[in-house]
Amino acid sequence: MTFGVVVFPGSNCDHDAYHATKHVLEQDARFIWHQEEEVGNVDAVIVPGGFSYGDYLRSGAVAQFSPIMQDVVRFAEDGGLVLGICNGFQILCEAGLLPGTLMRNESLRFTCKHVHLRVENDATPFTQRGQTGDVVQFPVAHGEGRYYADEDVLEELEATDRVVFRYADAGGTVSPAANPNGSVNNIAGIVNEAGNVCGVMPHPERCVEDLLGSDDGRLIFESMIEHRSAVAA
Amino acid sequence: MSDAALSPPEVTRELARDHGLTDEEYDWIVDRLDRTPTFVELGIYSVMWSEHCSYKNSLPLLKTLPQEGDQLLVEVGEENAGLVDIGDGLGVAFKIESHNHPSAVEPYEGAATGVGGIHRDIFTMGARPICALNSLRFGSLERPRVRYLFDGVVRGIGDYGNSFGVPTVAGEVYFDDAYEGNPLVNAMSVGVVEKDGIASAAADEPGCPVYIVGSATGRDGIHGATFASEEISEDSEEDRPSVQVGDPFQEKLLLEASLEALKAGVVAGIQDMGAAGITSSSFEMTASSGTGMDLHLDRVPARESGMTPYEIMLSESQERMLIVCKKGREDELQEIYGKWDLEAQKIGEVTDEHRVRCFWHGEVVADLDPSHLAAGEGAPVYERETERPAYLEDTRSFDAADIDDVPPETAADALLNLLAAPNIASKQWVYEQYDTMVRTNTVVGPGPSDAAVVRVKDTEKGLAVKTDCNGRYVYLHPRRGAQIAVAEAARNVVCAGGRPVAITNCLNFGNPYKPDVYWTFSQAIQGMGDACRALDTPVTGGNVSFYNEHPEGAVFPTPTVGMLGIVDDVRASVTAALQNEGDVLFLITPSTWMHRSEIDGTEYLATVHNRTTGDAPHLDLDEEVAVQNAARALIGDGRVQHAHDVSDGGLAVTLAESVIHADGLGADIDLPGADDHRLDGVLFGEAQSRILVSVRPGDADRVHALVPDDAAAHRIGTVTSGGLRIRVGDDTVIDLDREAIQTPYREAVATAMTAEEPADGPTG
Repeated sequence: MTFGVVVFPGSNCDHDAYHATKHVLEQDARFIWHQEEEVGNVDAVIVPGGFSYGDYLRSGAVAQFSPIMQDVVRFAEDGGLVLGICNGFQILCEAGLLPGTLMRNESLRFTCKHVHLRVENDATPFTQRGQTGDVVQFPVAHGEGRYYADEDVLEELEATDRVVFRYADAGGTVSPAANPNGSVNNIAGIVNEAGNVCGVMPHPERCVEDLLGSDDGRLIFESMIEHRSAVAA
Repeated sequence: MSDAALSPPEVTRELARDHGLTDEEYDWIVDRLDRTPTFVELGIYSVMWSEHCSYKNSLPLLKTLPQEGDQLLVEVGEENAGLVDIGDGLGVAFKIESHNHPSAVEPYEGAATGVGGIHRDIFTMGARPICALNSLRFGSLERPRVRYLFDGVVRGIGDYGNSFGVPTVAGEVYFDDAYEGNPLVNAMSVGVVEKDGIASAAADEPGCPVYIVGSATGRDGIHGATFASEEISEDSEEDRPSVQVGDPFQEKLLLEASLEALKAGVVAGIQDMGAAGITSSSFEMTASSGTGMDLHLDRVPARESGMTPYEIMLSESQERMLIVCKKGREDELQEIYGKWDLEAQKIGEVTDEHRVRCFWHGEVVADLDPSHLAAGEGAPVYERETERPAYLEDTRSFDAADIDDVPPETAADALLNLLAAPNIASKQWVYEQYDTMVRTNTVVGPGPSDAAVVRVKDTEKGLAVKTDCNGRYVYLHPRRGAQIAVAEAARNVVCAGGRPVAITNCLNFGNPYKPDVYWTFSQAIQGMGDACRALDTPVTGGNVSFYNEHPEGAVFPTPTVGMLGIVDDVRASVTAALQNEGDVLFLITPSTWMHRSEIDGTEYLATVHNRTTGDAPHLDLDEEVAVQNAARALIGDGRVQHAHDVSDGGLAVTLAESVIHADGLGADIDLPGADDHRLDGVLFGEAQSRILVSVRPGDADRVHALVPDDAAAHRIGTVTSGGLRIRVGDDTVIDLDREAIQTPYREAVATAMTAEEPADGPTG
């Protein structure tokens, strides 16, 4: 499987996504520069974390207008797998591929720590290797990760099982105490209506190796790989 | 100022004084030039001969530090940072630097640009920064102004480092009234470079074009280096415009573009612009290369119109580099920087005449011999008068007998007090605001370890890194206090599974013209040298920060040590968290003693008895080496489950922290009777050279065999699933459940910071 990792000026988790897919999961991976106009021959696109274009205006607000994002939208509309992590999630929301927005953390501070997530829907290309109700541990590292959407959107997200990850405690209980940023309904990750575009605020690419404390993030990448091979077969 | 270029002020002795030059120094300049300097030249001299750039009051003493080692790849002072060979064809560049004065008046930008500056020192050598550390000192958290400074500094470090994309993995924060009004902000960066890709600050070849790359030049930071070379006063608030403004996004682009340009082989020499901007970079490059430069200042991209040549030469606008491009490779250089949306503007060329000449629309505005300006060459060098500080009479006359020993029944309360003391309590509130994991190399981050461990991708190795300095110890005994700073940093690296290899230092002191300050400085340098020689960790470079004073006096002398260690097998690194129920705990000590009675200089004496006095804690460097060797032998044998050194708060705090960091484990400890030792000395004394380790029960018998004769391993207890229980002789002196010790430790700093929102605004 070939992962394309988009690189904006200011991306800083691009190398981490590349390392995770290429060296740890031993797939093909390549960087896609923000000024390219086509994602090229890839099976999935990762929009990585960081501070695209400095994010001085609003996270992801500038990146959505880059040449490459026009083709990422096209790729998504054609059914390609797109995973947005952290700043990538913000960019996918700004680009209209996912509903809602990410606001400043309730604490008004950047927060970096390990959190627990409950898998809410195991029937997506990003979670199919897990089971609904599984608890995984991912790191978060963001200042603007508070998911927000209006009530109609939320209702639809919940009704159609499009919330894929929720912040929970180690036992899987969803509670305000387990919510690191004030996200509505403890939402940590969602998919689009077609299920091929996923945004997550926590960082799966940072937890694919035991040496770094957890390899729970493999869930997402291995699911994508399994999904791809099923489609290809 | 806008017409100053046309009619710059007349250069006089008074104007020179306003620029921080002494009359004597001004006379040397006039003698050397055989004429009155131009206004631009006066500005250049004032920054190049400032303490910050010239090291004029420290150089002779710094030269006494051990600076040689088998693993060093560059000579000290030759390049921007020290460079250590770690094998596998790789070098590690690392350096620590202060940004104290800017942070005192503008904490957010001051700290942020400190981080930016130190990273530039690393990537200007061709190294990619892989982690950052910081060492911070503030006054008491009870004061709103201190909370404002602390909050601003932490946000500044976080926002800059997080966006730049380098993890902040370790550091330390101390609070003491001595730092009131003059906080210390020392930032350290560590980078990795392929040995055949090391960049140099060379300007060797005449005819090569000189480029300025990165941000445009503005009026920010003019005279920052001079500002850093004065005491902080009531008027320092007025110096806020001297503080630069950071842009981590520009720095990220500058990093990527510069590493790409270096890799492409188009760069002949590169130098970052830190203090004193274009001035220091051009003069330092030519001074060391024996060449000259012609610089056309009117070609420098300016952020605003009407800037004068004087302002352009002295601007400290951030995120800029001076590059000597290889001849014929100019288009490639511009293409690479253009790809990263950065400007690369040709402003001059290298010449074979040993002069730096600055032009303004064709007219010469400065024409100077770079050697006359450079630190250690033409710049003045002084060894100041010394006098043993009077306060030492008072502190050394301390007699612990005047303080009642802690009764067994209140020992637990004393421990809980210590765990809630901001100097000991968890700094989670701080480090959760830093991205500690980006770039996926952080094997052990801040929190449950004595040092951070960062892996080096594509090798088996890791780096163990830590900063250390207990300024209280240095205040009470400058020489031994500095020895302890080095010894503890090395011990921390050993506890994480590393082999200490070299240090960088950041020497924060008061006004060097005060003989008692200079005495402590010279004593501390001796102490640092003693310990670096004993531990075989040469000093690769660093930074001196004088004038850390405020209206009430000088800060504690604080020679911060940034230690670099190598972990040969990164999978074998060790943390300070207990691992398994049933493990056996050993205390590794010197062979001649296990307990000591002294409580001098301890956090216990400061927190429980509100006294900062006595001597620095006990340290004997031979003992220290023996204990570190014993711990390394044990850890190297692969059986050690956890390791934690005894430091602030003494053995009781070391034990408590080992429990706090563990997941649902406790410890049951039996210490031999104190006999004629003070109980508070046994529990809370901070005598050095002690390391707590645990091993699986089946490995306990191996421990004594592995510990050499000059150290001792005392079996003191076992890991349990309960709380922390400590018996001394027949008395149970501590018996606390896990939550009782965790809660104060984890919450103290956050509670102090949220009790009342930090006042916002500089006058808060």
